[in-house]
Amino acid sequence: MSETYEPKIVAFFCNWCTYAAADLAGVSRMKYAPNLRTIRVMCSGRVDPQFVLEAFARGADGVLIGGCHPGDCHYISGNYKCLRRFKLLKRVVEQMGIEPDRLRLEWISASEGDKLRQVVNEFVAKLRELPPLNLPQRFVEWDKEVAELHNMVAAAEEQQKSEEVTSHA
Amino acid sequence: MRYHYFPGCSVLGTGRACEESTQAVIRELGVELKEIDDWNCCGATAYMSVDEHNALALAARNLALAEKEGATQMTTPCSGCYLVLNKTKHYIEEYPAVGNRVKGSLRKAGLNYQGTVRVRHMLDIFVHDVGLDEIKKHVKFPLKDVKVAAYYGCQTVRPYKDFDQQHFPTKIDELCEALGARSVHFPLKTRCCGGSQMGTLPSVAQRLVFAILREAKRQGANLIVSVCPLCHFNLDSYQPEIVRRFGEDVSIPCMYYTQLMGLAFGIDPKTLGLQRNLTWDRCALRKQFAPAAVGA
Amino acid sequence: MENNGKEVRIGVYICHCGLNIAGTIDVKAVCDYAQTLPHVALARTYKYMCSDPGQEMIIADIAEHGLNRIVVAACSPNLHEATFRGALQRAGLNPYYFQMVNIREHGSWVHEDRKAATEKAKDQVRAAVARVQYHKPLERKRFAVDQSVLVVGGGIAGITAALEIANSGKHVYLVEREPSIGGHMAKYDKTFPTLDCAACILTPKMSEVREHPNITLWTYSEVQEVAGHVGKFQVKVRRKPRYIDEELCVGCMECVSACVYKEPKFEDEFNEGLGKRKPIFMPFPQAVPPVVTIDPETCLKFKTGKCKSPCATVCDRKAVDFSQTERIEEIEVGAVIIATGFKTFDATRLPLYGYGIYANVYTSLEVERLVNSSGPTGGEIVCRNGRKPKSIGIIHCVGSRDKKTNRWCSRVCCMYSLKLAHLLREHTGADVYQFYIDMRCPGKGYDEFYERLLDEGIQMIRGRAAEVTDWTMTPEEEGKLVIRVEDTLSAYVRRIPVDMVVLSVGLEPAAGADEVRRMFNISCSKEGFFLEKHPKLAPVETATAGVFIAGCCQGPKDIPDTVAQAGAAAAHAIALLDKGFVEIEPNTAYINPDHCSGCKSCIPLCPYHAISFDEQLKKARIDEALCAGCGTCVAACPSGSIIQNLFEDDQIFSEIDEVLSHV
Repeated sequence: MSETYEPKIVAFFCNWCTYAAADLAGVSRMKYAPNLRTIRVMCSGRVDPQFVLEAFARGADGVLIGGCHPGDCHYISGNYKCLRRFKLLKRVVEQMGIEPDRLRLEWISASEGDKLRQVVNEFVAKLRELPPLNLPQRFVEWDKEVAELHNMVAAAEEQQKSEEVTSHA
Repeated sequence: MRYHYFPGCSVLGTGRACEESTQAVIRELGVELKEIDDWNCCGATAYMSVDEHNALALAARNLALAEKEGATQMTTPCSGCYLVLNKTKHYIEEYPAVGNRVKGSLRKAGLNYQGTVRVRHMLDIFVHDVGLDEIKKHVKFPLKDVKVAAYYGCQTVRPYKDFDQQHFPTKIDELCEALGARSVHFPLKTRCCGGSQMGTLPSVAQRLVFAILREAKRQGANLIVSVCPLCHFNLDSYQPEIVRRFGEDVSIPCMYYTQLMGLAFGIDPKTLGLQRNLTWDRCALRKQFAPAAVGA
Repeated sequence: MENNGKEVRIGVYICHCGLNIAGTIDVKAVCDYAQTLPHVALARTYKYMCSDPGQEMIIADIAEHGLNRIVVAACSPNLHEATFRGALQRAGLNPYYFQMVNIREHGSWVHEDRKAATEKAKDQVRAAVARVQYHKPLERKRFAVDQSVLVVGGGIAGITAALEIANSGKHVYLVEREPSIGGHMAKYDKTFPTLDCAACILTPKMSEVREHPNITLWTYSEVQEVAGHVGKFQVKVRRKPRYIDEELCVGCMECVSACVYKEPKFEDEFNEGLGKRKPIFMPFPQAVPPVVTIDPETCLKFKTGKCKSPCATVCDRKAVDFSQTERIEEIEVGAVIIATGFKTFDATRLPLYGYGIYANVYTSLEVERLVNSSGPTGGEIVCRNGRKPKSIGIIHCVGSRDKKTNRWCSRVCCMYSLKLAHLLREHTGADVYQFYIDMRCPGKGYDEFYERLLDEGIQMIRGRAAEVTDWTMTPEEEGKLVIRVEDTLSAYVRRIPVDMVVLSVGLEPAAGADEVRRMFNISCSKEGFFLEKHPKLAPVETATAGVFIAGCCQGPKDIPDTVAQAGAAAAHAIALLDKGFVEIEPNTAYINPDHCSGCKSCIPLCPYHAISFDEQLKKARIDEALCAGCGTCVAACPSGSIIQNLFEDDQIFSEIDEVLSHV
């Protein structure tokens, strides 16, 4: 990987635990890698799998979901719903050719500023071990390939048609 | 039960009785020990303060050799070796910079250390893997008149407390009780015996040993049971000199816990190396376990 | 983008926060960048956006420049979102046309690289600018507040809070786990530094609770279940059977005298196990309510069924009732105050101090009972070996300021150790030694008390005691406990033989604190004490609106601080009830019936049972009053027909796209 590669991470943090932990890390002046772009949701249960796919599709190298510890959810059980979706989603992204390590779910409580710091730093280090995902660029290439295929098919069909025409004639 | 075995230098030298009794008891209990091929000195506690990297590499070589033989658990009867090997493992894991350098040195010697092998004290194996219930089954001669002061020394439970409480360990006490002996309250069970200072500053080390012997007697013990070859050596070997120096008869028989186990199991004292203990001559158990007495 | 036919005009404001933000982030660069973004009509920076001039600037700009969306990049929305929404409201703009960007807690304070932090801030601002365009005008919902308060825990914190609220004319339910209120304070003999008797100042308050017409007191009871939200909590309280009718019992104790056990035989919890009680007992003479309790674990009637129950026969009011069973009380309250206190450190965790090994090693709480004239020895200081101590060692910081056990300072131990030293010396004339790391006596009259103790001849030895043993080296040490310590002021190791050792045990979260935390949906700090909303500015509030905390459940503190905090919590609860209504965030979810396919996937997901199914229309329906706004159903709806206000799909997607759009 190039030395300058800075993985882009989109994070979905629940308002009550992990977002508050990030606030605590700030208040405690803990330092961590600046690769995170955090989107606040009220509960990790709000994290629609489409958000995660969208983030990858738009160029994220990793997606981090942060929720309350099991049993501690501010909304009783939203984090369990998140966990269920996460497990399925892991399999889905893998089938799409995205390394499952790029998607991470962590339970970080409001008092665990230091855990947040560790998780972010670890995640960044982990993503640095992988090549940039860069799906938008790959989409362009794939589109090109598909277009070429289309052209080839069209050309073949064209040729077949003209052959048919000549044979009828 | 099968373990990779690191005897260490002490138990092949001055602490030979430790090795002999350990092997005898292990056989009796049906535990299998596979000695690690080509093992080397762990470096003891002294080398660590002379050259940290070399000391760690020296000790880690043994861990790597064990792993090469496919070991997941290795054991040693010596508390010093146990501490040094364990400390090496911890350092390599906890300080990646140190660890990577050590691993690099090992690679130059064609060894690959992964960190998969666990280092365990022999006492831990007896108490937790074999278990006190199983040990009780092997006891042929319950040691009912024996009042034990169980002596753990420093390195068995400090700094790592893998198998016992740090400040008030109880595993030797429990083991002795399983043999039918009574363990007395002994507040100095983890006090230092002076270690290798017995050779360099005997006046200091002898004072420490004096305190241990005196307190064991004062608490009503008639035997000190220890785990470590160095502790045993210090407690066992200098008693006449200490008695002379401090003018108080603090002499008390000392032996390894494995020797005590062996006696209770009915193993011949000679096989247990008891004749090597300098205090054995004065030990009440000597008469009780004379070959004629036990019908051996 | 259109806004009811009007062009979207966004104002972006970047806060310096003094140097808190500007020290790490190039605020001007972010502002210049914001200016270039679509629909941004104007971008400004200011030293302190949250200040009055900062807010006034926004209000003026809204009027002058026709702004209809505002983005502020400053600190955490948890701190100032409400502030800026207020400013929008004052400017006549819907307060929800606002988005806050956290560039301080999530930016300048956690990053060191100025360039990277500035780039991150730009990305965040760009996302907010995109998102705010999708914002809609929303109204906060109002609910009436139930006019009563639940206070959990009947120690001095709970008692104080309950009385304050009751005196304001509101109704209070005070729930206590033990048979009597009073908590730890009821066990103390004297209080530092004034040495006034704890019972003398506490008992009148306990009686006041019992007499107060506005207080419903449920002792021997525990909160079992909590539902609802601020203004309307539904609480179930489990009342354990005490096998005595509280209404009938007058506390005459005839039944206790009549018990078949002629002598007390069982460990007395109130006296820390130093005394004995019978199966039928009153924990202490001033107990409130002044009624007895039967412990089924020790009572023969329950254990064998063969007892003739003289307790029941002797009671002329027929208050003994062996058929009593557990009862569940269901109540509704507008606010909750949690005052569940603490427990003391378990000294057996540090065997080096010999607690549980040597009989004459005591915990400080045991000694409180020993010196108490209504304690197990009637206030006489007699060791477990029956002798009066001639020398006593008090070891500080047992289970405090220790990496191996608890790292925190328990705040009260230095002072209570000095108090115990004074009392022990007064009662016995013994030599008293204090072994301390630092003498921490901040408080009104506290350091003066320390000075006074020095004059009284208490020996102060600075050094963390190493161990307590019966290992003796000299004839003088024979039969004593020897404390080994490095006296760090004279720089040598000392052996101090004493007859009695007192361990000044630290304070820990109460047993069951974790269940309480879960039930009321609040957080704990790392140590397990309940987490306040803000360590300085909201010390009695929690992250859950309407739930307040007071006393040692929030962290170790002494009685004056506890009482002050309980008063503050009470004031919060009274203010909430007096206001009469609560407004809740409009971030609830609703269903677009045109898209709903009636698949019912969402219904079982809702933990609040807010979603029902309209059988006629064959569509799901969300009751907004029940919806708490988590958004779990929104994420699950296969047809995308559930919308969460403030967290709409469009809003979140635009954020995702924009944080990543920078190349």
